[in-house]
Amino acid sequence: MTGASEARAKIVLRAAAEIKDGMNVNLGIGLPTMLGDQAEHKRAVMLQSENGLLGIGPYPAAGAADPDLINAGKETVTAVPGASFFDSAESFAMIRGGHIDLAILGGMEVSERGDLANWMIPGKMVKGMGGAMDLVHGAKRVVVIMEHTTRTGESRVKRECTLPLTGTGVVHRLITDLAVFDVVGDLGMVLTELQPGVSVDDVVAATDARFTVAANVG
Amino acid sequence: MSKGKVMTSFADAVADVGDGSVLIVGGFGLAGCPEHSISALRDRGVKDLVVVSNNCGVDDFGLGLLLENHQIRKMVSSYVGENRLFEQQYLSGELEVEFNPQGTLAERMRAGGSGIPAFYTPAGLGTEVANGKEVREFDGREYLLERANTGDFALVKAWKGDPLGNLVYRETARNFNPLAAMAGRITIAEVEELVDVGELDADQVHTPGIFVQRILAGDGYEKRIERLVEQSA
Repeated sequence: MTGASEARAKIVLRAAAEIKDGMNVNLGIGLPTMLGDQAEHKRAVMLQSENGLLGIGPYPAAGAADPDLINAGKETVTAVPGASFFDSAESFAMIRGGHIDLAILGGMEVSERGDLANWMIPGKMVKGMGGAMDLVHGAKRVVVIMEHTTRTGESRVKRECTLPLTGTGVVHRLITDLAVFDVVGDLGMVLTELQPGVSVDDVVAATDARFTVAANVG
Repeated sequence: MSKGKVMTSFADAVADVGDGSVLIVGGFGLAGCPEHSISALRDRGVKDLVVVSNNCGVDDFGLGLLLENHQIRKMVSSYVGENRLFEQQYLSGELEVEFNPQGTLAERMRAGGSGIPAFYTPAGLGTEVANGKEVREFDGREYLLERANTGDFALVKAWKGDPLGNLVYRETARNFNPLAAMAGRITIAEVEELVDVGELDADQVHTPGIFVQRILAGDGYEKRIERLVEQSA
């Protein structure tokens, strides 16, 4: 594995533990989509796809793909027994209305106050926010997963986000290839777990944001 | 020539779409994309269109065809990550773009078709989406005021329909289509199968025909797959 894919594998492995039996979960496009396979091992988890499916199943068998059945990343998928289809307004009623237990989203930057930037690099990359701005306010719990630093080694975990924001004070937990942080009211960012083989000093060196370290870490 | 709502050709169905028209277009990615109506608009060559649609197709299919032909002046969208042409035209300033949070985009259509001029939502608070918009607190939380959206025309795609305009969608090809149908002053529905009145189970109709002004069946849907992913054997 390359360094980047190794980092992503670590993040996905840790993020899978966020998904608990019985949850309704929305997985964002990109890295979070890789969690779909992990969720299959949990009981009674329903994965929601904001394009109108509650109950995403595995990818289709070879030759069985159906162009009418895709996830929000436009990949061909299947639907599990007990799944339902609906329109986009009803889908976001689920999201904004607090019916989704957990949203796991990709990130570009997260600030120490739980601000998230994940949809645009001005003048360079134009993707659009998709459902992320609705999800960060509507899901009961918002977990962001991303690589800790950019390709050039710059911290993505920042005092202030520099990229256009997706939401302010919306991230409950951040999982990177180095550590897990919770954003806790007045305390701000708290380092709660280290990835295997990583020290608190490693995290400090790679992080622009100010954070405290939970008593049981290090 | 037409008989009731049933149109005989896609050229006729879009014949009065003029330069500068506002179009609400259903589909998510290429699923539920009204591909024949879009092709007819490309052939008609109308310009300066304002298109409200979640995505903008891919470079050579769906709404990408209208981009390629420089027929779109402004897009109102939520996610266009897969379209290089879109990115080029936007970054060069040729294409005006308004990004809406996806749930806001959907609700703007639903509200527009429902006689609700505006609504409050938390999506976009504290971001550039909130610029110039009223913020109001309800029950201790802040919300943004968003306006409803309607179009001169809506282009939608359904699985089955009948001559009264009743529509049934299939799987995730439903997406924005029922909302677009509500938001169009003239809604043009294309279907894979046009069945006789009475054949659709009234309990299973997704879009009641009252929202549809024109309907016709399209031949040979390409239904292109944007990202084919299969289980590895």
